[in-house]
Amino acid sequence: MTQAQVPLDDAALVADHDHAQVHKAWKWYHYFGYNIDHKVIGIQYLVTAFVFYLIGGLMAVGMRMELATPDPDFVDPSLYNALLTNHGTIMIFLWIVPAAIGGFGNYLVPLMIGARDMAFPNLNAIAFWLNPPAGLLLLGSFFFGGAQAGWTSYPPLSEITAPVAQSMWIMAIVLVGTSSIMGAVNFIVTIIMMRVPSLTWDKLPLFCWAILATSALALVSTPVLAAGLILLLFDINFGTSFFKPDAGGNIIIYQHLFWFYSHPAVYLMILPIFGIMSEIIPVYARKPIFGYKAIAYSSLAICLVGLFVWVHHMFTSGTPPWMRLFFTISTLIVAVPTGVKIFSWVATLWGGKIRFTTAMLFAVGLLGMFVLGGLSGITLGAAPFDIHVHDTYYIVAHFHYVLFGGSVFGLYAAIYHWFPKMTGRMMNERLGQVHFLMTFIGANLTFLPMHSLGTHGMPRRVAMYDPQFTALNQLCTFGAFMLAASLIPFIINAVWSWTRGPKASDNPWNALTLEWTTASPPIIENWEVLPVVTHGPYEYGMTEEALAVE
Amino acid sequence: MTDATAPTGAAIAPEITAEAQAHDHAHPDLRVWGLLTFLISESLMFGGFFAAYLMVRGAASHWPPEGTEVELLLPTINTIILVSSSFVIHLGDVAIKKNDVNGLRKWYIVTALMGAVFLAGQAYEYATLGYGLKTNIFANCFYLMTGFHGLHVFIGLVLILGVLWRSRRAGHYSDHKHTGVEMAEIYWHFVDIIWIILFALLYILTQFS
Repeated sequence: MTQAQVPLDDAALVADHDHAQVHKAWKWYHYFGYNIDHKVIGIQYLVTAFVFYLIGGLMAVGMRMELATPDPDFVDPSLYNALLTNHGTIMIFLWIVPAAIGGFGNYLVPLMIGARDMAFPNLNAIAFWLNPPAGLLLLGSFFFGGAQAGWTSYPPLSEITAPVAQSMWIMAIVLVGTSSIMGAVNFIVTIIMMRVPSLTWDKLPLFCWAILATSALALVSTPVLAAGLILLLFDINFGTSFFKPDAGGNIIIYQHLFWFYSHPAVYLMILPIFGIMSEIIPVYARKPIFGYKAIAYSSLAICLVGLFVWVHHMFTSGTPPWMRLFFTISTLIVAVPTGVKIFSWVATLWGGKIRFTTAMLFAVGLLGMFVLGGLSGITLGAAPFDIHVHDTYYIVAHFHYVLFGGSVFGLYAAIYHWFPKMTGRMMNERLGQVHFLMTFIGANLTFLPMHSLGTHGMPRRVAMYDPQFTALNQLCTFGAFMLAASLIPFIINAVWSWTRGPKASDNPWNALTLEWTTASPPIIENWEVLPVVTHGPYEYGMTEEALAVE
Repeated sequence: MTDATAPTGAAIAPEITAEAQAHDHAHPDLRVWGLLTFLISESLMFGGFFAAYLMVRGAASHWPPEGTEVELLLPTINTIILVSSSFVIHLGDVAIKKNDVNGLRKWYIVTALMGAVFLAGQAYEYATLGYGLKTNIFANCFYLMTGFHGLHVFIGLVLILGVLWRSRRAGHYSDHKHTGVEMAEIYWHFVDIIWIILFALLYILTQFS
């Protein structure tokens, strides 16, 4: 496999074709327009996604305020439905996926493989610019009653409530889906074809392996969702009856098409985070990662098995018993490669010289949260238990442990870890520790009681509940306020550090992957001269002589 | 370049210069790989439609429902035209690999005409079938799936016309510079393959079951 060459004038320069006058850094205003440098696009993705995180978080706070009392006294139930629909949609499609894949993937993959840019820089920029209109469609839908059928938008509910808002919701998802497919094509071609010749597959950073698996998954699952949504759009607006049983249609078809994407979507949200974990843990434990190959291959295994488990979301949809059996088994099998990763990280930590930087705190916090979320996932994978707790708060607890305790913790860890590389400045560790503590306590206060609420039968997606659940709900609401407050030290830290923070060296954490071999922040085109890889990305604690012998 | 405090500071040594990299052209054009990857994705979107169709069909007692029988003659002629156009477009690709721009133009014009005839045939079929999108679940599937395919044929046609437009400039395509030509061809083949599946599902299996 040879490395593909990116001609200098294509790679990053907007108008200036004279190599001698290459700008060495972007100015702030370059980040607000169309730009084809993968680093600019990565930061555009991250900042946009973070804004949507704040908006989605505000919606969550609104819901938790409603749920502070059993009565619908803060927002009316239809607005509550719109809030829960858009909270889920925004957090998944406009925060975690774009931040993890679009943001860190774009920023880091070319740097980690020694390329000057992605394979298709223009496609990359277009993919990013599909996101803001998608967000505007979702927010605009509130003026038309707001999509109210939940983030899954099952028919018939989605076909009878707020048709205009629901159509806007569909178009928003199709836009982000298109963006995601474009990104996947770009990542696959980039990682396979554009590595520096010396970067062999067995030296590829695990984050790149994770992004490769993620992209393969997005590539095959996203278009199936698009097919389902197009059918739904036609049902709502053009009088067809794909999902109308009285006219020969079938609601279950929607669920199959939807979950064929949306189950893999949980791996789209966690595989890049697994990649981030595999980068961060060895750096701060100062040890080679345990089981490099096992981690790389388990990403591919999760990607493959993950495609065959979607029906576990439909155990209560009249699924025949043989199907429940098949999908219970395949679901439980996904836990194996996931466990391989968890044990590899723990083994990497074992006996390491651990530095508890904020990034490491979040990484270790993630381990705790994600293991709990993963274990409740195993309980849900078993059809009999799933049928018992279906559509209760147990489900809400499970996926928030995985998506908040997993994905969001991972994104925070990544932000603290790569902030010096992206901005050239260090973040404040003390504020970071405050942020971590508030997030960790807040998340557990918010989501732990939900397990109990669920097993006791409190249904999800409702604005009112039985008064017996009041105390635990108020605990959740208190936790949600704490989570909201935890953003204050983080935002202060990020803004202050970005503008005033102490200057960072090229490699402040003494890490070994390629992105740390260039300047902080990297110059346009990443390197003056491309690096040559002579050792693996995780060979910490080995002497230079040992590396030379190898 | 490397930070002095890095534990293995000397391990990463710069050797390949940007200049050398920019002037080495011995690599495959990535755009073809990008297109092929994208087409995997496209196939799965059609795959979603096919799966939905098969589920609807499997649950129906009568297929096709009363009043929405498919007609075979025109679609068969259309299919023959579209499938043959895949061979024609390949002749254009062969021509440009022999540096024969006129040959390329000739075969691509023929392909474009065949594609246009296919679309016109589809429009005629829609106009004369006697039922519309909303008639029943079969009509829903029929119009949505053939319509989406028609849209893809149209996009393929635009790509071919784009190649023809660019080929007017001398030297734009040659025996060693024809990625755009190849991409239009690959996309056209893809549209063809999808049509063969569609034709089998919607027409043949509906007529003879």
